[in-house]
Amino acid sequence: MSKNPLLVLEKVCKSFGAIQVINEVTVEVHAGKVSVLLGENGAGKSTLIKMIAGVHPPDSGRILLDGEEVKITDTKSSEALGIATIHQELNLVPSMTIAENITLGRVPRRFGIINRREMRAVARAALDRLDLDLHVDTLVGELGLAQQQLVEIAKALSMDARVLILDEPTAALTNSEISQLFAVINQLKAKGVGMVFISHHLDEIAEIGDFVNVLRDGQFIATVPADTHENELVRLMVGREIDEQFPRARTDVADTVLLSVKDLSVGMLNNISLDVRPGEVVALAGLMGAGRTELIRAIAGADAYTSGSVTVAGAPLAGHDVAAATRAGIGHVPEDRKTQGLVLDASVAENIGYATMASSSKLGLVDRKGQRKRAEDIAARLRIRMGSIDQPIRSLSGGNQQKAVFGRWFTAGSKVLLLDEPTRGVDVGAKVEIYELINEITSSGGCVLMASSELPEVLGMSDRVLVMSQGRITGELLTAEATQDKIMAMAVSNVHRENESGNN
Amino acid sequence: MSSVAIKSKGFDFKAFLANNGALVGLVILCLALFIATPRFLTAANLVNVGIQVSTIAVMAFGLTFVIVAAGIDLSVGSVAALSAMVSSYWVSTAALPGGLAIVIGLLVGAACGWVTGAMSAYGKLPTFIASLAMLTIVRGLTLVISDGRPIPTGDAVSFLGSDVGVIPVPIIVLVLSAIVAGFVLNYTVIGKNAFAVGGNTEAARLSGIPVKRVLVTVFVISGIFSALSGMILAGRLDSAQPTLASGYELDAIAAVVIGGASLSGGVGRISGTLIGALVLAVIRNGLNLLSVSAFWQQVVIGLVIAIAVGFDVFRRKNVKH
Repeated sequence: MSKNPLLVLEKVCKSFGAIQVINEVTVEVHAGKVSVLLGENGAGKSTLIKMIAGVHPPDSGRILLDGEEVKITDTKSSEALGIATIHQELNLVPSMTIAENITLGRVPRRFGIINRREMRAVARAALDRLDLDLHVDTLVGELGLAQQQLVEIAKALSMDARVLILDEPTAALTNSEISQLFAVINQLKAKGVGMVFISHHLDEIAEIGDFVNVLRDGQFIATVPADTHENELVRLMVGREIDEQFPRARTDVADTVLLSVKDLSVGMLNNISLDVRPGEVVALAGLMGAGRTELIRAIAGADAYTSGSVTVAGAPLAGHDVAAATRAGIGHVPEDRKTQGLVLDASVAENIGYATMASSSKLGLVDRKGQRKRAEDIAARLRIRMGSIDQPIRSLSGGNQQKAVFGRWFTAGSKVLLLDEPTRGVDVGAKVEIYELINEITSSGGCVLMASSELPEVLGMSDRVLVMSQGRITGELLTAEATQDKIMAMAVSNVHRENESGNN
Repeated sequence: MSSVAIKSKGFDFKAFLANNGALVGLVILCLALFIATPRFLTAANLVNVGIQVSTIAVMAFGLTFVIVAAGIDLSVGSVAALSAMVSSYWVSTAALPGGLAIVIGLLVGAACGWVTGAMSAYGKLPTFIASLAMLTIVRGLTLVISDGRPIPTGDAVSFLGSDVGVIPVPIIVLVLSAIVAGFVLNYTVIGKNAFAVGGNTEAARLSGIPVKRVLVTVFVISGIFSALSGMILAGRLDSAQPTLASGYELDAIAAVVIGGASLSGGVGRISGTLIGALVLAVIRNGLNLLSVSAFWQQVVIGLVIAIAVGFDVFRRKNVKH
C-alpha cells in the first residue's frame, strides 16, 4: 500500500444510544485505488460511509485528509472537501434533465437568470469525463437505472470529488451494465480518484478492488489484498468457517405434480408451461428483465394473466387472487422484502401473522393469543434473531427479516413456495439458514420455484433449472448436468442486442 | 404499533413520556388553566368541554381508521351535515318513528363513505381527491334537500343532544363510540387489516389481504361515525342546519394527528385521537375563559398542531436513529 493515503479514518467510534456500532475502526483510502468495505449486514459499513459523508459524525477518533485532520460535521462540509457519496437510492430528480440534475444547487446564473448555455456546458464536460454518450437535455427519468447512476457519478466529479464512495452500486444492475460501471471506475482510478466500494458480491471484489477492509460487528478485522480467496474472505467476514455454502439436501421427488402452469401468457410472458413436483426445487434462471419476476407474480396471484391456467395439486386456481392462492397452499416471498414483503413499522409477530389473520379469526375478531403463539413458535424454529417478538421488524437485519417472510408462509402451511431472489441483500451466514429452510420445505413434501440471478445459488440449491429469455422458457436442464456457461447460453438465446441495455 | 416501550423492571417514565406526548401536553394544559382561572375546574365548565369535544372526537374516531389505512377523508363534515339533514327530513315529512331516523342517518353516512371508498379503491382516485369531491357533492346535496333552510330534528335526534339526569347524552355517546372504535381498531380483522394496508399496501396485498375491500370499509366506518357526530350536533341545536359541521374536517384531522397518527399510514390510536380532540377543545375553552380574542385563538390552535406533530416526528426520528 502506498505511503500517503488520501483519506484516513483513524480509530473512529460511533454509538447510537447504548449500542456501539463502530469501535475503533481504521480505514484508509488511497488515490487511484479502490478500497473495498466488506462485512455482513449490521457490521457497520453503512455507518462508516455515513461518517465520511457527514451524516453521522464520529464520537471519537480522527478523520485525516492529505494527512491533516478535518472535521466533517454535515454533508455540506463533506462535499466541500471533495468527498462524494453515491447512495443506493440515487439523489436525482427524475422530472429534470441531466444538465439540470448535474448543476442542481449550483445553477450557473447571469443577472440572476439561469444561464442555460453555461449549465449545458458544465454538464457536457462532466459527461465527457466519463465518456458517456448521453444528451444533456434528456430527462433523468427516461434513463435506465445504470445510466442514472453514471449521471450521479458525473455530477459528483463535476464538483471536483477526489474521494468517491459507492454504496452497493451493482445491486440493481445487469451484467453488461456492471461492466460499463467498472470501465468508468477504472478510468477514475487512472485519474487518481480514491474510491470506497461496497458490495455483497465476492466475485466483483477481485475484479474491481485493490484491497479489502473487513468489518465484523463494528470492529475492524483485517485489510487484505483484493485477490484473497473467496473462502478466506467469507471466513474473515463471518468469523467462522462456513462448511458448505449450499447445503442442499436432495429428497426423492414424487411422481405427482404439485404445481402446474399451462400456457400462461400475459404482457411479455409467452405460453409458459411448467410442472413442479413434491420434494423438488426448480430454479428460474435468466437475465434481468427475462420475465422471471413477472412469472412468479402471475402464479402467486399478485398480477393478472390473460390466458393459461395454474393448478395446485390438481385443483385449478383462480387468477389474480392472492387470498385464493394462499388458501391453495401457495406462499410468495417477493423480490424486495422492504417494499413488497414487510410492513416495516409493524411488529415481527404481526408481519409473520398476516397470511393467517383472517383464516384464524372468529366472528371477525383476531385470534390474538393464537397469532402470537404461532409467531413465537415459528420465530424460534427459524431462529429469527430479535430482542422481542413485539419489536418493529424494521430493526432486524436483512436476513432475519427475510426469515420472517418465510415464517409467514410456514405458519400458513404453504406447500408451494415461490421465491423471488430469496437471498438478495442477505449476508452469508443467514443465506445458509435460508437454504436450510428450502430443504425443510422439500423434505416435508412441499416444492419450491425459485427465481435467482445468482448462478452459484441456482446450481447449488436447485434440482432442475428452467432458463428464461424474453418472456419464454428457452431451456431446461437437470442441475446435475448444468453449468454456468450452459445456463448463460440459453439465457441470451434470441435476445436482440438492443434489449440488453433497455429499460429493465 | 409504534410503541417503543422496553420491558424493564418498574415503570419506565422516559418511555411513557415519549409515547404519550399529547397526554402529557393535555395534563400540563389543564394544570395551567387550573392555575390561571378558577372558572376552568368547575363541573359546569367541564361538562361544557365534554359536549364541545364529543362532536369532533366522534368524527375523528372514524377518520382515524382512514388515516391508519394511509388515506384521508375530507368529506367528514359534509357527511355529518347530510346525514343529519336526511334523517330530519324523513322525520318531518314522513313522520317516521324516531329510532328509525337515527338508523337512516347512519345509513346515509355509511353510503357516503362507501362511495368515497369505492372511488378511491376501484376508481383509483387518490383518497384526498375522492374525499374532496365528496366534500362538495355531499354539501351540495344537503343544500338541495333542505333548500338552504334548517329542518327541525325529530325527538330521537334531539335526544342525542339532551341530558340524562346530569350527564349530557353527547358525552355518553362519546364514551361508547370510543370503546367501540378502539375495539374494532385493535381486536378485529378489519382494524388490523387497516394497519397492514396503511403500513405497506403492497406487502398487505401480497399476504392475501383484500386491500380494496379494506379501503372501502374504513371509509364506511368514517361515514358512520361522521353521521353520528352530525346527529349529535343537530340534536343540540334541535335542527339540522345546511351549514352544519362545515370546516369540521380540519379539526378532526388535527385531532387525529395530534393524537400521534401518521398521515403516511400504519400508525394511530383511538385513545390518541380522543386526547387530540380534548387538547383542541380545552385550548379553545381556556382561551375563551381567559377572554382571548377568537382571532388569536386560531393562531394558537395552528401553533399547537405544528408543535404537537413536530414533537412526534422528532420522537420517531430518534427511535429509528
